[in-house]
Order: sequence, then structure tokens, then C-alpha cells
Amino acid sequence: MIIASLAFYLFSIMAVIGALNVIFQRNPVHSVLWLIFTFFNAAGLFVLLGAEFVAMILVVVYVGAVAVLFLFVVMMLDINVIMIREGFLKYLPVGAVIGVILLVELAIVFGGWTMAPDAKGFRVLPTPDMSRISNTEALGRVMYTDYAYLFQASGLVLLVAMIGAIVLTMRRRPGVRKQSIAEQVNRDAKDTVTLVHVESGKGLS
Amino acid sequence: MSEAAATTGVLTIGLSHYLTVSAILFTLGIFGIFLNRKNLIVIMMSIELMLLAVNINLVAFSSFLNDLVGQVFTMLVLTVAAAEAAIGLAIVVVFYRNRRSIEVEDINQMKG
Repeated sequence: MIIASLAFYLFSIMAVIGALNVIFQRNPVHSVLWLIFTFFNAAGLFVLLGAEFVAMILVVVYVGAVAVLFLFVVMMLDINVIMIREGFLKYLPVGAVIGVILLVELAIVFGGWTMAPDAKGFRVLPTPDMSRISNTEALGRVMYTDYAYLFQASGLVLLVAMIGAIVLTMRRRPGVRKQSIAEQVNRDAKDTVTLVHVESGKGLS
Repeated sequence: MSEAAATTGVLTIGLSHYLTVSAILFTLGIFGIFLNRKNLIVIMMSIELMLLAVNINLVAFSSFLNDLVGQVFTMLVLTVAAAEAAIGLAIVVVFYRNRRSIEVEDINQMKG
């Protein structure tokens, strides 16, 4: 019990430190690396909460795909690091004020909030006994039956995102020699090869 | 008696602890949006931080209420976040190609 509590404090403090570094790092590449650190610690928090599958998905999807995508784009764009910090102090006060206001609002909301006594009665899908069935299996049984439409819709969202990203970034550059497969396939022997009957001793003029 | 209760209060992790962490992360995300006006990519990372805070909230409620729906919604939020990151980064790349800059002040071509 104590170890779990200490693990909670470790993961949450590390996540907050990572988030602070994401914002305040001078170099965007370092920001991405701190973002990965934050995601790992959040995955630790999820494991503590007993949501192992979501934790692993967080590591795979966020660290493996999204953060690497960020890293690619940061390194692809040639950004001037010194220029980026201009105006940093200009926006610090207004950002701090809005952040503090939001934090106080959230504190008020959470401070005065209590769980309704009959909240457990309104559960949609009570978690099955975790000693008999694993978290992944329980999620899978729900995901592909009750939430099949949402599952399909999220697949559609990903498809649209993929097509959109490709359409946005694809461009035709002039002066680049590329293979034209249709032209190659449609090439006919008549157009390119001529058979010439050469008489012996005369040669080809 | 009260001191013992206080120590168990610190060491017993309840729902409010997780909500506090997620509130701090969400606020840091908002803060990052206001702070990094010169770099669109850091703004997108701040949005990812805010989505992560939302996910922590969902999973915490799911765990403490013993309701599995929160984790299902977390996966849907993850999907949307991944799609948003892909499209947003594509837009950033196209914008950089046209303007050679990713500053927020330079994004004024679509004057409303």
C-alpha cells in the first residue's frame, strides 16, 4: 500500500516536472523528449489505477507514433531557436494569470465536489472481477460489442486523418524525374522498335 | 489520533489526488499555449498535454467507480488525439513551406 502511494507521488511529480519542461525548454527537440518522459509517467499512473491496457496503448501510440512524428517535424523544419524565445516574457504575465485563474476554478470545482451516494447505481459497465478476467480482455469484450460503432467511427477518423495529411503535404515538384508507370506499361513495340531488312554487303545507310 | 489520520490521508491515494495531478497538467497545457507564441509545434505539444490530463481524469473515474466505460472513452480520445496531431503537423509543414516560419503572428493570411 505504501509502495503504491509512493509510486503515485513519484509518477505524478515526474509527470508535472516533465510538463513544465515541455513548456519552458528553449529547444523544441528537448520539449519533445520531455513530452515522451511525461507520457511514460502518465502510463505509470494508469498502471497504478489498474488500467494496464490503456497504459500500454499510451506508450505505444503516443511515444511510438505521435512523439516520433513531432520529433520528425521539429527536426525537418529549420527553426531559429534564438528567435523563438522573443516575446516569451511579453506573454508570461497574461499566461500566468489565466493559468492561475483556471487552477483556482478547478480547485473550487474539485474542492466542493462529492460523489453522489447512488453514483455506483448509474454505472453503465461495471468492471468485472479483475482476478478472473484481465483488463485487456474485459475491454476487448466491451469494445467489439457494445461500442462497435464507436470503434468503427474512430477507425474512420484515423482514415480521414491519414488521407488529409497525405493530401496536405503531397506536392508536385517541377524538374524532378520520376518513374511514370502508366507510360511504361502502355509502351508498345511498334512505337519504339523498327525492323529493317538489310541486304548483305550493302550496310545500313 | 488526528496525526495518524493525517498520515494515512497523505499515503492513501484517493480520486482527488489523481484529479489534482490532471488539473495541474491541464493548467500547464493552457499556460504553454499562451507562453510559446513563437512556435506552433510547442503549442501542439501543449494541446497533447491537455488531452493527457483529460485521459487521466477519465481513467481515474473509471478506476474509482469501477466502470469500464471511462477506459473505452480514453481510447477514443487517444485516437482523436493521434489524428489531430497528424493533421496539425501536416498543416504546420505546409505552412512552413509557404512562409518559412511557424510563428503565430505570421498566421494572418486568412483574415477574418
